[in-house]
Amino acid sequence: MSTASHTTDHATDHDHDHGPARGLSRWLLTTNHKDIGTLYLLFSLLMFFIGGAMALVIRAELFQPGLQIVDPYFFNQMTTLHALVMIFGAVMPAFVGLANWLLPMMVGAPDMALPRMNNWSFWIMPFAFTLLLSTLFMPGGGPAGGWTLYPPLVLQTGSAFPFVILAIHMMGASSIMGAINIIATILNLRAPGMTLMKMPLFVWTWLITAFLLIAVMPVLAGTVTMLLTDKFFGTSFFSAAGGGDPVMFQHIFWFFGHPEVYIMILPAFGVISQIIPTFARKPLFGYASMVYATASIAFLSFIVWAHHMFTVGMPLAGELFFMYATMLIAVPTGVKVFNWVSTMWRGAMTFETPMLFAIAFVILFTIGGFSGLMLAIAPADFQYQDTYFVVAHFHYVLVPGAVFSIMAAAYYWLPKWTGHMYNEKLGKLHFWLSVIGVNVLFFPQHFLGLAGMPRRIPDYALQFTEFNMVSTVGAFLFGFSQLFFLYNVIQTIRGGAKATDQVWEGAEGLEWTLSSPPPYHTFTTAPEIK
Amino acid sequence: MATSRIAHGGGIALGAALSLAWSVGAHADLTLNMPQGVTAISHDVYHLHMLIFWICVVIGVVVFGVMFWSIYHHRKSRGAVPAQFHESTLVEVLWTIVPMMILIGMAVPATGTLVRMYDARDAELTIKVTGYQWRWQYDYLDDGVKFFSTLSTPQAQIRNLAPKGEHYLLEVDHPLVLPVGKKVRILTTAADVIHSWWVPELGWKKDAIPGFINEVWTQIEKPGIYRGQCAELCGRDHGFMPIVVKALPEAEFRQWLEQMKKDSTSQTAQNDSRAPIVPGGQTL
Repeated sequence: MSTASHTTDHATDHDHDHGPARGLSRWLLTTNHKDIGTLYLLFSLLMFFIGGAMALVIRAELFQPGLQIVDPYFFNQMTTLHALVMIFGAVMPAFVGLANWLLPMMVGAPDMALPRMNNWSFWIMPFAFTLLLSTLFMPGGGPAGGWTLYPPLVLQTGSAFPFVILAIHMMGASSIMGAINIIATILNLRAPGMTLMKMPLFVWTWLITAFLLIAVMPVLAGTVTMLLTDKFFGTSFFSAAGGGDPVMFQHIFWFFGHPEVYIMILPAFGVISQIIPTFARKPLFGYASMVYATASIAFLSFIVWAHHMFTVGMPLAGELFFMYATMLIAVPTGVKVFNWVSTMWRGAMTFETPMLFAIAFVILFTIGGFSGLMLAIAPADFQYQDTYFVVAHFHYVLVPGAVFSIMAAAYYWLPKWTGHMYNEKLGKLHFWLSVIGVNVLFFPQHFLGLAGMPRRIPDYALQFTEFNMVSTVGAFLFGFSQLFFLYNVIQTIRGGAKATDQVWEGAEGLEWTLSSPPPYHTFTTAPEIK
Repeated sequence: MATSRIAHGGGIALGAALSLAWSVGAHADLTLNMPQGVTAISHDVYHLHMLIFWICVVIGVVVFGVMFWSIYHHRKSRGAVPAQFHESTLVEVLWTIVPMMILIGMAVPATGTLVRMYDARDAELTIKVTGYQWRWQYDYLDDGVKFFSTLSTPQAQIRNLAPKGEHYLLEVDHPLVLPVGKKVRILTTAADVIHSWWVPELGWKKDAIPGFINEVWTQIEKPGIYRGQCAELCGRDHGFMPIVVKALPEAEFRQWLEQMKKDSTSQTAQNDSRAPIVPGGQTL
């Protein structure tokens, strides 16, 4: 027994002794980080398609001016649920799934530190989202006040209201438990010799992200509870008539909400920082500065929240503070982009699917960063705020940003996880269709916003017609391209060319010393770190 | 040599993108950019927007240029042998300090514009704008003139039963009428949920928040009709509460205001004669 012998034969023996249970109970009762990682990733993929279908309803309605397909109120439910499903159901669980699969293998641990809690934090999610999606069938329909839940509008929600709040509480509890588990694993289960500054960047970015999660998810929970008591128990936190302030909700919400956007992008930075060195066959440039930049971004994320609310009528001093602080974020973010480019510089690059997604990430995320810098300029934001320019901005950082990094990660580690190479041709086809689709979808939205189209409207003036049509075409192209991804993943799980242990020529790190697929329990004896 | 080739390549790419954008714009008469607007502030905002945009374009061309150069030349298929360098404190310090300098260059004009936008002193006219689900109310506080402004696009057009008019969804029954060349103070508030009052040609939007009053100002330079929309999600018909501002020369504005004063007195009387309606729906 014993020793993490990493050959396939021994791994099979190992499985025989302590392998997974059979059937449904394997998945329901599992405390294995790989199984839970798989569950998270599959759940996230399902949510990605559900949220995507909602996006296509939105884009279909916006194909032409006039009301064609859905009622405006249902349209508002779609925008609201699309955001909630994509943020809490697709992007966040995907990164938690990656963390589950990879952190123990990267730091040389046998499993996550708190395996039973790990099981619980996953299994809350399907219930939370069943509850959230079931609100669509309740009297008065689902939530339609936007995912930002601003009162007083959100208090006009029908029967769905308390269910939405409860669903958000459940997602929050799940995230907090996931974060605690990640911190406990990274701080306690590293193999001897793996000092903090030797950890792979994916581990670093997740460590910092987990602290952000613990800091802000309770804030969200608190503020949605205040909404609940305002609605049902006669409090007036957010009602001016009772001495409260609707803008206070926005301050509290965005104190959660801004770190939240970094929760969705820091692990993406980590993924990209793993992938680019592998395919450039050259060590990551500026490892230490990457760590410091990540930490600086995390710190700054707590003092910039009100840039989401430049138009609520803050005092001049407040506007200036939040404008300057927000602009500062460009510095550490720039450092990261420069480091990635320097890593590529004088490397020996090849362009397999993960690298293609990583390069597209760097370019398109940077474009999202540029529009972010423009949005930071408060006086100009008075024009941009609440227009399609903002929609274009955050979709650039979230779709070809966070989502592309998840795709890149899936292609990069799928051979390790399954032991099979994915279909490279199909992967490249998926990449090119996605990168074209996503730009046709979101680039014209910059023009729409600048020309004066507000966000969250189901119908629009005639001068916005052409770009909306283009955007809708891009949306359907991008949406349906994802079926290639689904097909490729399923085929890779079911079979395919055998992957080597190292998988990629330039891959470095503990996970690549394991067999492909890795044994069910890895590193029962800690590996040696030089 | 290398740099000049990058700059050249970048320039071509940028030129191609711009000319493409321009030709699309020219043929379909599409708006690609923020309007310059009709106030001194909106011009400032536009120039600020363009300044930041061009700075971003230049940074983008340089960074992506270096990256594409590297992607082209440093590929394994061309026999590239990977270098092994992986840090340099000097460049890290440089690319922290240089962006800081650029940011300061952006912050200075932005601060100036913001300070001017916040200075609502010495206004000659004050109008209270109240957002309702889903229409606007304008109240000329000094003159006792007060009216609602509601979408006037017929439902048939929205339901695709009739051809859509030129100002589809951007037309109202009673526009807000403002004098040209006068500093007008606008107070925004709302009666139910949060709305946001936005006319792009004026250069800003301001949230209208129930229970609170926000103060902004504008000084329109040229007569005309300027259109905008509610910019904060406010429920089912958020997309159907446009704003139309009619800017008139001072004299015509005064005339209009006098007329409105007369009308509103007679209207109030008329309303009184029709009211009240008893709860049962019976008209007395």
